Amino acid sequence: MALRVVCYLNQFFGQLGGEEKAGVGPQVVDGAVGAARAVQQALGDAGTVVATVICGDNYAAEQAERAVAEMVPLVAAARPDLVVAGPAFLAGRYGVACGALCAAVQAQLEVPVVTGMHAENPGVELYRRQVHVVQTGAEATRMLDDVKRLVALGLKLARREAIGAPVAEGYFARGLTRNVVAGAVAADRAVAMLLDKLAARPFASEVPRPAFPHVPAPRLIKTLEGATIALVTDGGLVPRGNPDGIEALNATRYGAYSIEGKTGLDAAQYDNPHRGYDTTWVKQDPHRLVPVDVARELERSGAIGKLHETVYSTVGVATTLAHSARMGAEIAEKLRAAGVDAVILTST
Amino acid sequence: MTPVAVMVGANRIVPAAGIIHPLGSADLSPDDEKALRRRIVEQALQALRTEVARPTVFTRE
Repeated sequence: MALRVVCYLNQFFGQLGGEEKAGVGPQVVDGAVGAARAVQQALGDAGTVVATVICGDNYAAEQAERAVAEMVPLVAAARPDLVVAGPAFLAGRYGVACGALCAAVQAQLEVPVVTGMHAENPGVELYRRQVHVVQTGAEATRMLDDVKRLVALGLKLARREAIGAPVAEGYFARGLTRNVVAGAVAADRAVAMLLDKLAARPFASEVPRPAFPHVPAPRLIKTLEGATIALVTDGGLVPRGNPDGIEALNATRYGAYSIEGKTGLDAAQYDNPHRGYDTTWVKQDPHRLVPVDVARELERSGAIGKLHETVYSTVGVATTLAHSARMGAEIAEKLRAAGVDAVILTST
Repeated sequence: MTPVAVMVGANRIVPAAGIIHPLGSADLSPDDEKALRRRIVEQALQALRTEVARPTVFTRE
């Protein structure tokens, strides 16, 4: 049975007009218009584009929630088995709109969706975890090839067939981990990869390295003599009893511990749940991890303006990048609000 | 672990005394251990007032 397909296009690909029509609101046209004809061509006998929903880029970008809320019923009325949005190529407003509509249709109508964008379209980062976003070129010059790949994946989704890995199917990784049975054990695969590398043959790592965005180094505006310095650690310092229940590994929590009135850390009052290194020595003397004694002396001698009275601590072992980034941002926000100028973060 | 700090993009990195006791050493006398700790903290302060454009490891002068 041929599938019912609804396409989503912006005003340009929907042939309403160019930038001067970017403010037009959602509308629906029977059958395939504009770029949706390429979808129909790629579908062949497998499906029929029963309707094309079109919305201006500015309308969709400037009042995104309203635009999506207006479009979902238009999509629902056409009773689709599959929704194909775009492809949006490198067009940012269009890409974000495609992602937002797909996410809403998938969640509210439980209809399979697929969209397509260039890797640098902001819609990719915003929506690739929620919906299947097929990688396309930057421009529409190879529209039919790109649309064929969108439709191929869309048909699999609509038929509830098994979806292969991102690289095999051509969509952006959704951040999901799935167990597969490999053809050879890890040692054999690693040696094969090494031999390929030595012979300058192409090879692909099975563990993609996370990309760490460049963070500009802030400049210390004040002199050290006038600055408030805070101590932070990922080495697991906690008060005895671990009142915040910071996990021994894969931490999701951090603690804020007062050192007000303390010239040093009394080992009897502290503990360390960190399971990523032998904590014997830092339990004997917590200053081996958090140098409150020396920092107090530097404060007293005037080498630094002030030592911040709160030490932040978490456990940095097998901690996910997402939790690390969140905890770091939260701690930084609190330090900034407290007027801290700089941080010494001690790490194990 | 400084290569890891460089890889993740930490901008000002001071090598410390070791993973199990970054700011100390059980092999030293208490006075020498504290002097070591003070040297590392002072080097960190020196790093804080140094402008950097990329992850930089501040090795001991």
